Amino acid sequence: MKLRAIIKHYLDAFIQWRVGSALHRKGTKFRPNKKFIRDDAERGLVVDKLNVYIKNNHILKDINLSIPDKKITCVIGPSGCGKSTLLKTLNRLIDTVEGVQIKGKVLIDGEDILHDSSDITELRRKIGLVSQKPCPLPMSIYENIAYGCRIHGIRNRRKLNMIVKHYLHAAGLWEEVKDRLRTPAVRLSVGQQQRLCLARSLAVEPHFILADEATSALDPISSKIVEELFVELKNEYSIIMVTHTLQQAMRIADYVVFMYLGEIIETGDAQTVFHHPKHELTKNYLSGLFS
Amino acid sequence: MKFFEEKVFKVLMYVALLIVCGVVLSIVYTIFSKGWSAMSWDMVSKLPGGGFYIGKEGGFLNAIVGSLMIVGASTVLGLLISIPVVFYLNIYLKRKSKLAYTARLVYDILFGVPSIVYGAFGFTIMVYLGLKTSLLGGIIVITLLIIPIFIRSMDEAARDFPRDILDATYSLGATRYQTIKVVLRQIAPGIATATLLSIGRAIGDAAAVMFTAGYTDSIPTALSQPAATLPLAVFFQLSSPIPEVQDRAYAAAFVLTVLVLILSVLGRYFTNKFSKNKL
Repeated sequence: MKLRAIIKHYLDAFIQWRVGSALHRKGTKFRPNKKFIRDDAERGLVVDKLNVYIKNNHILKDINLSIPDKKITCVIGPSGCGKSTLLKTLNRLIDTVEGVQIKGKVLIDGEDILHDSSDITELRRKIGLVSQKPCPLPMSIYENIAYGCRIHGIRNRRKLNMIVKHYLHAAGLWEEVKDRLRTPAVRLSVGQQQRLCLARSLAVEPHFILADEATSALDPISSKIVEELFVELKNEYSIIMVTHTLQQAMRIADYVVFMYLGEIIETGDAQTVFHHPKHELTKNYLSGLFS
Repeated sequence: MKFFEEKVFKVLMYVALLIVCGVVLSIVYTIFSKGWSAMSWDMVSKLPGGGFYIGKEGGFLNAIVGSLMIVGASTVLGLLISIPVVFYLNIYLKRKSKLAYTARLVYDILFGVPSIVYGAFGFTIMVYLGLKTSLLGGIIVITLLIIPIFIRSMDEAARDFPRDILDATYSLGATRYQTIKVVLRQIAPGIATATLLSIGRAIGDAAAVMFTAGYTDSIPTALSQPAATLPLAVFFQLSSPIPEVQDRAYAAAFVLTVLVLILSVLGRYFTNKFSKNKL
């Protein structure tokens, strides 16, 4: 038994050293994949007259929306108002829901994603998703990040190493996990898992990040870290965030979308919506009359 | 009254446990006490001399090798066939799909079909194709026998597959096929258990191989030659009137039990190893 433990110890150390030495090597600078770079002028997310029905329930009604570039857009509203459905429609995860019917247009970088001819995998690469509950893949920390790159055709070991390191840095996780990249991702704490999921979405170089109540399952400290990450990330990505906590929206939103019963009631600059709401419903919601 | 009930059921459960353990122990004891005297290194390292029915010399290496050949090949074949089936049922088809329902029903029925029926079925096909009893026939029939076990137990594991993980992989831009890596990692413990169950059933089955793989005193060197198996070694030697040969049957049973035991322990070990990544 003791011998086994010793062998295991040295084997682990060896593996860590192998991976470590490749990853900790200096002078390898991360460069984004050329294939995925696009012009700033082309990008943009526009929703035009979107209607979604699930089994004859009208979930989203005539949604018109234009998401500002490199800003944090917060979608707020009471439970069951269709916020999550909206996010799911944006990366077409809604296709997996049974009995769904979609009408209207969602233009991402000028291309209608609801059209049958659109390449759904490429679309989903462009739009990262951070879900409510952190959901690491059943693999090691390293593999979690590398998985997305592998399915998009990056197989070069050194490139993968660079990508993993870069995005773990970007998610503020590198210092915490650099010595145990080969351990299963499920062993991380929930807050770390959520940041890992964020890093995983970032690793496929999306243009947009969808966050579906990304901090609601986390403890206050982790959720603060994730929040700060989002604020940092908005320099490069457009972030669309669904949130239940108004305080959070007030802290980080640049642009606010207020939804009620499947309709968009009010949109606008965060300052304007929070301090001078035009609509009666928005006022009531913000003042806490219903939630 | 509450505590009285508690006690009664505790005793009942205890008795049930004792019965199960007692049965297992008495089986092991019988095999061990009768087989141990006949056990020797020759028994597991030599081919039988003088026929399997009356022969007292040599061992039953032919049966050990034959069993391992058939079980190994059919486990690999079974995995190759059943993993795609399970993947298709769970990832490609919708939850309430009629095809999935029908397929599961069919596999449930196949699961319950006795192995002698498989043997007879395989025999009919072999007669139709003009094949003689052979290793190939044994492998095919045992594969057919264990596929339902594979599918049923892997399906159970795959049905608990968290949809969140699927959504996460889709949102990275994976096609449904590309999720197979993730799915397999998540249900790896389930696959290990399924393999274990299938091997246990396959290695211990006498009826299915009786008509299809046949029996021989030599180790098969080609797929077209008949192959001996351990359960049949037990069966034939036990029906012999000579006490020494009957002891050899117990020795064969002993080897069979030990093989299954080793495979179970290995299986448990790998199941634990595979589940470390599981969510």
